[in-house]
Amino acid sequence: MTVLNERQQLSYIAAQAADARLNVELETEGMTLNIGPQHPATHGTLRIIARLDGEQVVWAEPVAGYMHRGYEKLTEVRTFPQVTALINRIDWLGSFANEVPFILAAEQLMEIEAPPRAQYIRTILFELSRIANVSLFLGDLGVQMGAITPVFMAFRDREYVLNLIEGATGGRFHPNFDRIGGLKDDLPKGWIAETKQVMKKLRTFCDEIEDLLFGNEIFQSRTRGVGIIPADVAKSYGMTGANLRASGVDWDLRRDQKNAMVWDQADFKVWTHPDGDSWARCWIRLQETREATKIVDQLIDNIPAGPVMTKVPRIIKVPAGEAWVSTENPLGEMGYYVVSKGDLGPFRVKIRSASFNNISITPWVLKGVYVPDIITILASLYFILGDIDR
Amino acid sequence: MGLVDRGRMPAPLTKLFNMGRSYSMWVYQWGLACCAIEMGAAFGSPRYDVMRLGVIPLPASPRQADLVVVSGTVTDKMAPAVKRLYEQMPEPKYVISMGSCANCGGPYWDSYSVTKGVDQIIPVDVYVPGCPPRPEALLEGIVLLQQRIKNEDMAAKWRNEEFTTLQKTAALEKAKSQPAPEPIVVGGGPIE
Repeated sequence: MTVLNERQQLSYIAAQAADARLNVELETEGMTLNIGPQHPATHGTLRIIARLDGEQVVWAEPVAGYMHRGYEKLTEVRTFPQVTALINRIDWLGSFANEVPFILAAEQLMEIEAPPRAQYIRTILFELSRIANVSLFLGDLGVQMGAITPVFMAFRDREYVLNLIEGATGGRFHPNFDRIGGLKDDLPKGWIAETKQVMKKLRTFCDEIEDLLFGNEIFQSRTRGVGIIPADVAKSYGMTGANLRASGVDWDLRRDQKNAMVWDQADFKVWTHPDGDSWARCWIRLQETREATKIVDQLIDNIPAGPVMTKVPRIIKVPAGEAWVSTENPLGEMGYYVVSKGDLGPFRVKIRSASFNNISITPWVLKGVYVPDIITILASLYFILGDIDR
Repeated sequence: MGLVDRGRMPAPLTKLFNMGRSYSMWVYQWGLACCAIEMGAAFGSPRYDVMRLGVIPLPASPRQADLVVVSGTVTDKMAPAVKRLYEQMPEPKYVISMGSCANCGGPYWDSYSVTKGVDQIIPVDVYVPGCPPRPEALLEGIVLLQQRIKNEDMAAKWRNEEFTTLQKTAALEKAKSQPAPEPIVVGGGPIE
């Protein structure tokens, strides 16, 4: 230990004091960053208020409600068939998947079931809308990190799927094809052969995206180890779908739940990932797109013959009762709690949409991350504003 | 450009300017709801390449844009932001309202939280109907807007007047230069 003389001690104290002064002068002030309501990374109109300390987020809060259109109230003044046209627009990328749980709930109340052919076609269209939804996510993912090319490829190959949905239902975006007791129409001629070709193209698209994006070093360094959500936190926030499976929870309603759909006829793998970071969430969705193409391929060969509509009265009155049906939608668990009083329309519909719960984790997951990672984490959480605000 | 500032410009020069303006529009994509995806398909996909129409879809902010496409449901909470966005844009500016929601409320015509038409907040030049409109419909709307710009009397716009076409202005000036014809009154004599 060196012994300091008086002069050295004094200079040491002076240096300490100067350091303290310097620290006071350099003390950083917090800053509030307002992301949205119009920002390309927010898929619409989500607003995130982030309190920053330098480059780090101290506190973040999502502000929802910029796209609130009042679905739950509007369903009370519509009849049951009219509700279908409305709820198409909740998750606007996978529209057909929105109709199915509501129709299943209404069928459960009426104690009827769609004929097997209708169930097969429903499941196929459900998976097609999942592909249409997730393929746009895969393209959009690159844009959030500065890669423009994947979005062009996603839009190119998404058109094929939209053409299929349009060919079968007549609606490119909002099919409004599902009816209580079956489907509006049968499949058109030549649709099955075309679907098989498109599924091949989609698998090529998945391979391309995997090479181009997931194999990219920049993409990996931006997403690996960023925004880690452990399984217990994900469960406690009510996360569902690919976000939950990316945290290592083996949970898929298509496999775990029995309802009037034919997922049990197809052989598919439910992918999980132990990491729970942004990369895992993106990777799970890529694998899901592949599995969806496989499900379509397996089911489309086995569509049974028969009618697509059971006998239902011309004016549909749903008997009094309550029903809760949820399915595994592209974004996660989506369910409808339908209360009927025996009228033409529902008395009350509670919509449980996946994105609202998925986005409610943002205050937890954004704490302590850097500003550029906000965009990556939001992109990997994958929400749709209509699904959050309803 | 001094001529324009004074609110007078010869018609041939206006036509030249208008042609330049109509084929170099920077579009700000104000995507709100479902229509935003179809707008993205029109602007960002190789199939409906919008740049061949002379439209550049990627400005960094509304301050650099000539045209804004309001696509999707405008809610009452969102309306002030839409208004602020429009005020940020430099003149001359144009608005395309895309989809039924932005036109008139669409399927949410009886909703408590939806603004029934964006034209309650900002002036709209072209309405594109549909729920959502196909990308082709949006391209048609852009072509119609380009025709409108080509025929626009720029000087009138500069004087902060309402939209007038070149033909209308020419007809008005012609009428001014000729003496007004005597009014024909049945029964003779002016009306008291």
